[in-house]
Amino acid sequence: MEPLGWFDILTRVFIQFMPVWVALISLFTLSIVYKRRLGLYGKLFDSTIGMIGFGLVMFWVFTGIFGAFDLIITHDPLAQVSSMKNKPPGTPIMGAEDGQYPYYLFGGDNLARDVFSRMVKGAWVVVQIAPLATLFAFMVGITLGLPAGYYGGKLDTFLSFLANLILAFPVILLFYLLVTPEIVDTGIPNYMAMVLFIFPIIFVAVLLNSRYRTQPAVRTPLLIGVLGVMGWLYLSLISQPGTAITVLPDAVDLFNLQGGILVVFVSVVFVNSPTVFRIVRGLAMDIKTRDYVAAAQTRGERPWYIMLWEILPNARGPLIVDFCLRIGYTTILLGTLGFFGLGLPPESPDWGTTINDGRRLLQIYLHPAMVPAFALLSMVLGLNLLADGLREESLRD
Amino acid sequence: MALFLLRRIATMLLTALCLTFIVFWLTNLAPNLEKLAKNQGNVRMTDEQVASFLQDRGYSQPLPLKYAQWLGVAPGWVIEGRDGTVRSRCNGVLENGVIPEDGRSFCGVLQGDWGYSTVFQDNVGSIIATRLGLTGKLMFWVMVVMVPGALIIGVLAGMREGSRTDRSLSTVSILTTATPEYVSGVVFIAVFASTAFGLRWFNGSATSAMEDATFENFTLPVMTIALYGMGYIARMTRASMAEVMTAQYIRTARLKGVSFPNIVMKHALRNALIAPFTVIMLQFPWLLNGVVIVETLFNYKGFGWTLVQAAGNNDIELLLGVSVVSVFVVLITQLISDIGYVYLNPRISVS
Repeated sequence: MEPLGWFDILTRVFIQFMPVWVALISLFTLSIVYKRRLGLYGKLFDSTIGMIGFGLVMFWVFTGIFGAFDLIITHDPLAQVSSMKNKPPGTPIMGAEDGQYPYYLFGGDNLARDVFSRMVKGAWVVVQIAPLATLFAFMVGITLGLPAGYYGGKLDTFLSFLANLILAFPVILLFYLLVTPEIVDTGIPNYMAMVLFIFPIIFVAVLLNSRYRTQPAVRTPLLIGVLGVMGWLYLSLISQPGTAITVLPDAVDLFNLQGGILVVFVSVVFVNSPTVFRIVRGLAMDIKTRDYVAAAQTRGERPWYIMLWEILPNARGPLIVDFCLRIGYTTILLGTLGFFGLGLPPESPDWGTTINDGRRLLQIYLHPAMVPAFALLSMVLGLNLLADGLREESLRD
Repeated sequence: MALFLLRRIATMLLTALCLTFIVFWLTNLAPNLEKLAKNQGNVRMTDEQVASFLQDRGYSQPLPLKYAQWLGVAPGWVIEGRDGTVRSRCNGVLENGVIPEDGRSFCGVLQGDWGYSTVFQDNVGSIIATRLGLTGKLMFWVMVVMVPGALIIGVLAGMREGSRTDRSLSTVSILTTATPEYVSGVVFIAVFASTAFGLRWFNGSATSAMEDATFENFTLPVMTIALYGMGYIARMTRASMAEVMTAQYIRTARLKGVSFPNIVMKHALRNALIAPFTVIMLQFPWLLNGVVIVETLFNYKGFGWTLVQAAGNNDIELLLGVSVVSVFVVLITQLISDIGYVYLNPRISVS
């Protein structure tokens, strides 16, 4: 068979991405039709920049999700076809078996694996970790930043000192100190996970408790239910067989994160939380001087009610924008970790690791490094554009 | 002002102490020490041999004591090993078990003794000095490219908000902030330095730039770092320029009939540059990150490259030296940025 030309490659890639196009088009149609009823999300569709950004982001989200179900990929991301080592994009596989996709669409890497399938699988690693890690960082930042900004004083001084302490560390040094196998052996990342992941539980508990404090009949069952489920998830998350923390027996342990993901997750959350803390603290200090806060204080509301139900909703605009930007930053951080070969296993298809693998032969073979590089670039660009669109639209009210 | 400075410096020292202690603790954890012993001595050492190796070289002392010795506030250890030789922290192997006349009992960072690198087999102080010099050269050129570039883009975009120039320049700056160094570096090498693409304008490696930086071997690393920081500063400059351009005194100047270039140069620019100044200073810690990536990518053996080597091989004293320097860089730039902000902005006073 002849190698494919560029036009054929792009057509075939387009066809491979069919589920993503279908999902994207239906999402956009639905959103544009109902945009007046969808609040800030709907307003996003009034700005071109925001729409482009949202499209790029959702493209990779759908790619990640469908890729996880093995829909888009053409080959197993770990399978090696020995004749395909470093072959350029569009090379046919010699003697392809029945049912095997006959081409490497974006070529083969230096271990003769399919670059296209690895890129698609790499999207799943990012989609899995980045939003969730950012969310956890926000939980930590909000739970500590609100009281620091609201009460001020010694608590603020202490927490700000801690935040500045972490911020003064060069991120890469911190990664090198936390993610090496020797440190993972000591279980320090697991203990950090134990501390960091408890913040979402505290956050939700305080949130619900402050709201329904006056109605014990609602509050008590609600809290027991929600905290029970979250506690179970929490224990499943932190308990890993073979590490320092194995609290749950296998039978009730819901899931185990595979090799290194927990460590990567913890270090990314740890690096992001102080910045979120600073933003939330600044917003809280600003908003606590407003009249509606004074009104709530006069009404005799409790401090936590004021923080979570008066201050936090009014700080949502900047926080949502920062959330988008921070997912992008987290994606960059994940790439950095992969680039230095930290945390994730060496055969992992994530973009940072593949860029690092590909750069060794960059002088001769471009495609193994360029494909993941552009994937990462377009995803982060999408998040930045989305944040820009959201900022413009939220300023318009 | 003096009180403000004093408090800031006190906080800075406290932060530096805490941070170095954390690094010290993490690098001195048992598995790390075991790895160090096996690297230094023999890979096939038994557990007892590892223990006695560490014991003889002072690694088995309590952590606070070791930290105090490294800092130079406690006298360095003198230990008679199980093999009979007497080793000391400050004076090496002692011939007959006594500290020589001219020997010192304290040797730590405070005495200017940064320790000995196990990877490079050299004094940490001199390694850091040379490497920092190399990185300084890189950073100098980055600043020369980045700061004027970013300010020009920002001012051009911000002086007519919403115009076509503004939109396209803003898109460019968003694009550069979305491109981490390891992506732009790889793209640059692929386009400008690879045989596959054909344009062989620049070198894909900056190793030769350490002795003799030329246009060919230094452009790509400098551009890679500068580009990532540029977008952010440009956006800040644009925002602050756009805000200044709506101010009352600009409108007055315009109504008086001052020409547009004059308004921008004489009236708007100074006030618009206050915010970017702090951003540029706060950009230093981020640049440090970029430096590590770019030096690894282009094989330029500067400070960032040393950090990776030290961390990858658990070279405790070198790693500590590197972290002390980088932490001080971060903290001092924060201090300068605060002071500069106060001086530039008449609306803020310290007391």
